[in-house]
Amino acid sequence: MAGVGFGTLLLGVSAAWLTAMCDFPGRKILSWAFLLPMAMPAYIIAYTYTGILDFAGPIQSILRGIFGWSYGDYYFPQIRSLGGAICMLSLVLYPYVYMLVRIAFLEQSTAVLEASRNLGKKPWETLFLVALPISRPAIVAGVSLALMETLADYGTVAYFGVSAFTTGIFRTWYGLGELTTAAQLCAFLLLFVFALIMAERWSRQRLRFHHNSANKKLVRMQLKGWHAYIALLIGCLIVGVGFVIPATQLLIWASSRWQENLNGAFLSLLFNSFSLAAIAAICCVIVATFLAYTKRVFNSRLELGAVGVASLGYAVPGTVIAVGVLIPVAWLDNKIDFFSRAWFDIPTGLLLSGTIGILVFAYVVRFLSVSLNTVESGLSAIKPSIDESARSLGARPAQVLKRVHLPILRSSLLTATLLVFVDVLKELPTTLILRPFNFNTLAVRTYELASDERLVDAALPALAIVVIGLLPVLLITKSILNERARHE
Amino acid sequence: MNDQLVIDKVTVTYDNVAAILKASFSLAEGEIGCLLGPSGCGKTTLLRAIAGFEPVIEGSVSLHGKSISTAKYTQAPEDRAVGMVFQDFALFPHLNVSKNIGFGLSKMPAKQRDDRINKMLALVSLGDSAEKFPHELSGGQQQRVALARALAPNPQILLLDEPFSNLDAELRTQLATEVRTLLKENKVTALMVTHDQDEAFAMADKIALLNGGKIVQVDAPYQLYHKPSSLFAADFIGKGSVINVGIDAAGLLGNNLGSLSIQTLPKDLGNTVKLLVRPDDVTYDKTSDTKLPIISKAFLGPNYLYELALTDGQCVPCLTQSHIDIPIGETLPVRFDLRHVVIFNGE
Repeated sequence: MAGVGFGTLLLGVSAAWLTAMCDFPGRKILSWAFLLPMAMPAYIIAYTYTGILDFAGPIQSILRGIFGWSYGDYYFPQIRSLGGAICMLSLVLYPYVYMLVRIAFLEQSTAVLEASRNLGKKPWETLFLVALPISRPAIVAGVSLALMETLADYGTVAYFGVSAFTTGIFRTWYGLGELTTAAQLCAFLLLFVFALIMAERWSRQRLRFHHNSANKKLVRMQLKGWHAYIALLIGCLIVGVGFVIPATQLLIWASSRWQENLNGAFLSLLFNSFSLAAIAAICCVIVATFLAYTKRVFNSRLELGAVGVASLGYAVPGTVIAVGVLIPVAWLDNKIDFFSRAWFDIPTGLLLSGTIGILVFAYVVRFLSVSLNTVESGLSAIKPSIDESARSLGARPAQVLKRVHLPILRSSLLTATLLVFVDVLKELPTTLILRPFNFNTLAVRTYELASDERLVDAALPALAIVVIGLLPVLLITKSILNERARHE
Repeated sequence: MNDQLVIDKVTVTYDNVAAILKASFSLAEGEIGCLLGPSGCGKTTLLRAIAGFEPVIEGSVSLHGKSISTAKYTQAPEDRAVGMVFQDFALFPHLNVSKNIGFGLSKMPAKQRDDRINKMLALVSLGDSAEKFPHELSGGQQQRVALARALAPNPQILLLDEPFSNLDAELRTQLATEVRTLLKENKVTALMVTHDQDEAFAMADKIALLNGGKIVQVDAPYQLYHKPSSLFAADFIGKGSVINVGIDAAGLLGNNLGSLSIQTLPKDLGNTVKLLVRPDDVTYDKTSDTKLPIISKAFLGPNYLYELALTDGQCVPCLTQSHIDIPIGETLPVRFDLRHVVIFNGE
């Protein structure tokens, strides 16, 4: 965890510093390319690099070919290790830090930085003495988000055989069949998550104080000559290692087995994943819209609390949610079964567990906050005076909803649906635990194939996930472009 | 009586606290009224009660002889024919200027609606911005769209909630005068809320001054300025100082202020009075023997506003032409012109 924290901090902050405060050829492209690794789920990048760096992989083979080494002659870092897992997670999670810190850099007053230069500090001293301390809340918020994802990660650590909370829960649950121990582990994990949530909330509040609304022109440091090349090189290296290389490898693998793998089974896999994600996304958005309106209309302490609790789900690892959902549902199933046997002599068996319904329910719990945030920010754009002006112009409440709210909210509702859709598609542990028997999704299939060391076969579903994962990156890019229009 | 709007002993509560208490006020057809008062005095609440967004607890609001709000009945805002211009303008961000203006005309046939929209666009001189969206307009233009939108359905009264507070200071008074001309030419009955007396003076025929949820005075702007009925009104409107002065039976004032004509004085005065001294009640006269020390002075362009100390330490303002420039600490020869001074009972 500490490793990932440090890794995301290093990558995220340097990426943000380069694109926000410096100017060099290629900066504009890099400022959105830095987001690309977000499209890559950690377990996919993990197994891709395993394929590339393993003994039989292209890198080691080439090295052996050049130097004539054979097995055991040379040292090569083992990717399937704790260090490897830290690298993989850092590579795909740094965009969280990048996004928040970049905005913090863009919005902090340039006058402060200029004052520091004026008082005789060199650019890099300014970075450490002024810019970074000012952006600390954004950095803490970004790193906490990355750490939450780290705690939630199951695929990477399981694949690399690293012992972590999530794999422990999984093992006690399936291997040892110890429900209570698994639940205890979950509770303990939640403690960590809770600490992270507190850190994140706290820093977000601080973020508000630091927010400087003064309208100022951003002056970027012009990098020239070899400085510019180094900046460009660092940028390309981060994006290359985090996205381009693994994506290319996936593409090569996928195209090599194109014919065999693109069959009916794959199509039904696509269909399963898409319909599941679509159902979950629509459910999420409906619930989120309902909650957001409740909050808007009543705005009392009780409702605010309920909405607050409902939005905690995103921080809770999928494994924990799965276990948390399964235990009460199994209890309910047993009760129903007992009841119907006693009264009607009909065994119902497990009525709810292992159905799509319960899976969708777990997704809604986990991803509700994603849609809630989007819908709420959309709704906050509609000030109460807008409703009132529509009313005073003769529109009835239902017409206000139809003629004013829906048109304004449409794009945020679509965005919310898309975000949840993609998140569900990528979600591994929840699906793995709660899916109905023989029901496969892209994520599960990728993970299974990769665990069986059928890396090449796993590439096609993995590639599908990555391509779909690019959608929200495009969305964020769009908003970054708008933002740039404001800042430049 | 052809009163367009009648507010009769209206009480409105906000979070169970009376925000408006037994307020009465009326506006004749075509008259422009103003609710003026410090922030938190309840003026916006009263406006929202007229628009139908807040129910009244007591009393009644009637429009054109028809009761629209009573303790038992609150007509829905959409059925009231009340136009409103909001403080933040509340333009619909997803609709362009003509669709914003046409929002309240959905029941009209299309042809008639287009005519009306064009007429309103011409009225506020925004004909060339019809296709633009609210975020593409300047603050002043947005304000005019909000005005046109509220006027388009031909409301029986137009309500304006701090309509100029979102605009630059230089624009405010100019726009207030423009809006007044526009409303007068179209014979619109209007009621505005503001905390800015300059706006109120520029816009209104009739001002209701509010304090702590009560209407303390209803008068024309001139009357409100020169004949405030309470210390609050005297203090809130215009510049000036209220001083305590001793007075004897002959009307002679303490502090060498001269004397007041005893006939004009109320009968039951004690031996001290409170006087509202406006800057123009104290005039510069270099021949005068009354020389008062200068405490502070402010340069206002054409004028200097001096603050002068009386013998007992109380201060009075004095407005002079700006070439009369005497440093702080020295004295200014003045003459008191107490014909228009406002007198309150002492204590």
